[in-house]
Amino acid sequence: MDNDAVFYTDRSGRITSNPLLDQLPSYQSLLYRRKSSVSGTKRRSSSRGRTGSSSSGKWGMSSFTRPLDKPKSQIEQQDIRELAKPMAEKRRDKTQRLEEARELSSWRQWRQSSHRYLKRLRDDAQEWMSSMKLWRGDIHLIEGMFGTGILSYFSFLRFLVVLNLIIFLIKFSFVMLPIIIAPYASGNITYNLNDAGVCTVYPSSSRLGLVIFHEHITDLLSGGGFLEQTYLFYGYYKADKIHFPNITYNLALAYLLSTIAYLFLSLIWIVKRSARGFKRNLVQDEDRFQSFCNKIFAGWDFCITNVNAARLKRSSLLYELKTDLEEERIKQKIADRTRKEKCRIYFLRLILNLFVIGVLAGCFYSIYIATIFSQEAQMTKIKVNFIVDLIYEYLPSIVITVANFITPLLFSIIINYEDYSPAFEIRFTLMRCVFMRLTSIGVLLFSLWSQITKCEEEPCICGYNHVLYSCWETRVGQEMYKLTIFDFITIVAVTIFVEFPRKLIVKNCDCGLAKWWGQQEFAIPQNVLEIVYGQTICWIGTFYCPMLPAICTIKYFFIFYIKKVSLINNCRPATRPFRASSSNFFFLVVLLIGLALACLPVTVSVAQINCSHACGPFVNYNTTWEVLPATVSQLPSGAQKLLFALSSEAFAVSFFVVTCLAMFYVIALAGAHKRVINQLREQLAMEGRDKRFLIQKLCQAQSLSTSRSPVSRPQPRSGSRSSPSYHTSFSSNFNEGVFLAHSPPDSSTHV
Amino acid sequence: MGNKQTIFTAQQLDAYQDCTYFTRKEILRLFYRYRDLAPQLVPLDYTNHPDVKLPYELIGSMPELKDNPFRQRIAEVFSEDGEGNMTLDDFLDMFSVLSEMAPRDLKAYYAFKIYDFNNDDFICKSDLEKTLNKLTRNELTEDEVRMVCEKVIDEADLDNDGRLSLEDFQHMIVRAPDFLSTFHIRI
Repeated sequence: MDNDAVFYTDRSGRITSNPLLDQLPSYQSLLYRRKSSVSGTKRRSSSRGRTGSSSSGKWGMSSFTRPLDKPKSQIEQQDIRELAKPMAEKRRDKTQRLEEARELSSWRQWRQSSHRYLKRLRDDAQEWMSSMKLWRGDIHLIEGMFGTGILSYFSFLRFLVVLNLIIFLIKFSFVMLPIIIAPYASGNITYNLNDAGVCTVYPSSSRLGLVIFHEHITDLLSGGGFLEQTYLFYGYYKADKIHFPNITYNLALAYLLSTIAYLFLSLIWIVKRSARGFKRNLVQDEDRFQSFCNKIFAGWDFCITNVNAARLKRSSLLYELKTDLEEERIKQKIADRTRKEKCRIYFLRLILNLFVIGVLAGCFYSIYIATIFSQEAQMTKIKVNFIVDLIYEYLPSIVITVANFITPLLFSIIINYEDYSPAFEIRFTLMRCVFMRLTSIGVLLFSLWSQITKCEEEPCICGYNHVLYSCWETRVGQEMYKLTIFDFITIVAVTIFVEFPRKLIVKNCDCGLAKWWGQQEFAIPQNVLEIVYGQTICWIGTFYCPMLPAICTIKYFFIFYIKKVSLINNCRPATRPFRASSSNFFFLVVLLIGLALACLPVTVSVAQINCSHACGPFVNYNTTWEVLPATVSQLPSGAQKLLFALSSEAFAVSFFVVTCLAMFYVIALAGAHKRVINQLREQLAMEGRDKRFLIQKLCQAQSLSTSRSPVSRPQPRSGSRSSPSYHTSFSSNFNEGVFLAHSPPDSSTHV
Repeated sequence: MGNKQTIFTAQQLDAYQDCTYFTRKEILRLFYRYRDLAPQLVPLDYTNHPDVKLPYELIGSMPELKDNPFRQRIAEVFSEDGEGNMTLDDFLDMFSVLSEMAPRDLKAYYAFKIYDFNNDDFICKSDLEKTLNKLTRNELTEDEVRMVCEKVIDEADLDNDGRLSLEDFQHMIVRAPDFLSTFHIRI
């Protein structure tokens, strides 16, 4: 008898049954879970009889464990709704469980019912919370029309709105509220200007006399004039300590601590949000490993409810598959490169990278020059013209925006010559753009500071240029305010004056220009960079302009609606699709980079630069940081000793060493897990081969014994649709032809 | 709980809440969606368990499903008779599994059944080719289809039998982070 005859199939291509194979434990567990068709319940009850277990069908990754072996533990039973059975089955299970529950002790019964009640409560609470989520309906609509990639952008935007609101609430409740309620709660504000020297002179900048209307607009847009002496800016918080009847509120300390608090809160929240995506990206590394499977089985977005969106999704999937196949070919090509070609490519890349660095340096230098020019123009107070004045005020913002518009185009042209693989190209261009955008803010601040600390006679008397910048924090706050406003204006203007006309042109005009330009694509990376840029400005600027988070909340609120309208009316989804999982991770990584880059200027200004003596809560201190040591020295000696110990070098070094050790341990663990996974994979393959070998031998032995006995056991013919197949493995040298053999040979092992 | 609905008995609603991932409100809302497909067939009173089955054509024309290339397989997998004609139980079951809260393993199980076109408990090459053609509407060349199917089997087949068993599929889904967010229908 042919060894492999047992694996032949019947006419429909399915492998016919063999009582031996049917009894394999792995097949039993599969059969038990399978939802069969015609003889559904009857079949299942018969199979249940065979397996002998009743209602504790466990679901999970432990697919090779038999239902027989699992002890029925009432408390830890699987949730009924997680079982993969049809509804009628689940209801029967539930009634069965209820009956069994009645036989339990009353304590257990109470526990079970309270479990169920709590679970129900938690479900209801979750539903209520999610119905309170902002913009639920709008996001649902966008998800249906454009899929989950673009959805992640909008939910990111929503996250930023909530984050900014919380930051504003922190600042408001700890800094603004005490000052506002001080008069009503009989609080006494102390504000010592300890020397009446030249540093403490703060000329008022409010406009006197008759104010022309457009000057109000200039003030509103630039944060000067009537806005300067308001809660908007640092300089207005002229309060060191507030003495309430029972306690003394140290406002300076509160200001500093609230700054640290909001930076820390942002960090924790972002890291928590990105933890899920990060774990997946780090551990699984599916991009190299499983890209095709992911596209075929998890590629179609089941949320799509729009014919156009479906068509676009299909074409984007097609594009993705073709790109991946192309990438395979390119990998092959790269592997085949000769030495000479490699040298040429590396040389070319070096030249192009130097060119990129040169471009970046040029942009940064122009931002520096523009800032200095703008500051000097504002200082000289020669009013030329309303428009020209505004341009001078906004010159740094304009230069930054223009630079951020040109450089991505330049980068995407350059990357074509550098001959990387397509996936790497996208990432590298993106990294360059991120670097450009976020560093330009740093350059702006650096040039501001160089102006502020540059005096006519070195060194500066007050530590900063008190003549030009009597309250330099307010000036920096004004620059941040201007950046925010200009960013918002740019987004609105681009949407109204570029995207809508583009759509009209493309729809109505049939010329070559329209065809070449094409319909607007919602480019997710560029949009994300825009809002991360705005958020970085917010983080830096909140220290100097405590109401900036509120302004940013309102700004992002409007941006949501603007982008949504523009998306629905003007855009088609990007042909280069952005995967939801990696996109969430990408957004949060860029946001983290922004946060890191925002912490830097704030740290430098808190710790290094002398705070101004004419305004703000820190007039009595040299630098902002000095508040902390001053407060600590007033604490009881026990707390003082503890704090000194925590900040000493010994503690810091040992903490650092322990953290390094923990990190190395975790990395080693991850490496070990990966090795174990590979070994288990090989073992699985080997087990499969073993099983096949043993089954072959068994069938041989079976056929020998049955050929000796005259009676051949009749095999039950299974129903047409629900003919079971067995689950075993074959080694790879088994070709497809075996499965398609139509005429089963004459053997007693199958029908 | 202060409701006045007369469609289901309290026990029925309770059972549905336990057997699906929906709350009371959602179950009633889904019932009305089901009824809207064929108001003359679906009674407003389910307390005596009427035996009502909606034909596949009505289910497949729902806005949530009509653009889905796998709608027929989805209906077949979740229907009792395997032809796509769904009772209310099947309907609720289907959307429960496809909802946000269903765990990954449950979704993976049903996804496996959906992609298994010939119902032989394996995703073989012909199943893969059918899946691919449904996804791309036959716009890939023969060569490309073959290459993609080979790569899929390469990537996911653990026990080297040239086709994907349920365990292979589940193992692969664990490593596909998009699966939970794409295998989800909002209703």
